[in-house]
Amino acid sequence: MRRAIFAALAGGLFGAGLLVSGMTDTSKVQGWLDVFGAWDATLAFVMGGAILPMAIAWRVAARRGVAGLGNPLPARAEPRLDHGLILGSLLFGAGWGLAGLCPGPALAVAGFGGWGAGLFLLAMAAGMVAAPILRRRLDRLPA
Amino acid sequence: MEWQDWALGFAGGLMIGGAGALYLLVNGRIMGASGILGGLIDGSEWQHWPERLAFLGGLVLVPLALVWGFGGGETHLTGNPGVIVVGGLLVGIGTRLANGCTSGHGVCGISRLAPRGIVSTVLYILAGGVTMVLLRHVWGLI
Repeated sequence: MRRAIFAALAGGLFGAGLLVSGMTDTSKVQGWLDVFGAWDATLAFVMGGAILPMAIAWRVAARRGVAGLGNPLPARAEPRLDHGLILGSLLFGAGWGLAGLCPGPALAVAGFGGWGAGLFLLAMAAGMVAAPILRRRLDRLPA
Repeated sequence: MEWQDWALGFAGGLMIGGAGALYLLVNGRIMGASGILGGLIDGSEWQHWPERLAFLGGLVLVPLALVWGFGGGETHLTGNPGVIVVGGLLVGIGTRLANGCTSGHGVCGISRLAPRGIVSTVLYILAGGVTMVLLRHVWGLI
């Protein structure tokens, strides 16, 4: 129960931060990506603001070793740059540019963004269900 | 005008990073939106589902309440259903193949100096930029 309460708090603070920062507005995200148009630097400030407390949190986490609720902290992923990471990041970026939404903001606007936000969430969910099939094919490719 | 957007962006960013810090230090998990949602709906990470569902609940309901209470919340999302569906599919497939998105690879990965997070972030920003240039300035589609 405590896990769920703190998770809901984190999710709520994340959503509020996305709204305050303007990242729920697709024109600001597309403005950041549109370097040849009316370039909007806001996203860099959001990223900088978000990385600051996270960098401190990682240092605290490394010193403490366990989370507040007792479980071990997440291990480092093997620094392997596989096909999935490369191709996945490129596909994700293309979709991000196309619609101006990534998964966090897509969820944050789900409640108030009208039919378009609902349709995007459905399509994104469908893509997430389809991804494991593509991943199995990628895993058979030589490195 | 512009600096106000930047200041709000930075303040919102601190909230996003604060949320990630809370989720890491209390729950012991990485705050990645695509992983939390994707692991639930493709059934691969059904364990800890109450925690995941609670996170998603907060993420959807708190912005909704804020928009109801204070207004705002303009998304400027395109009205073209084809663009929305293709964009959504690409974001869903891509983030699950890459095992992360802007929150997991971007915020949580870069702040840990994780090589995969840094490479992924560079690639998705590049791909997003190229997409914008091609579709907006070359073909005039969006």
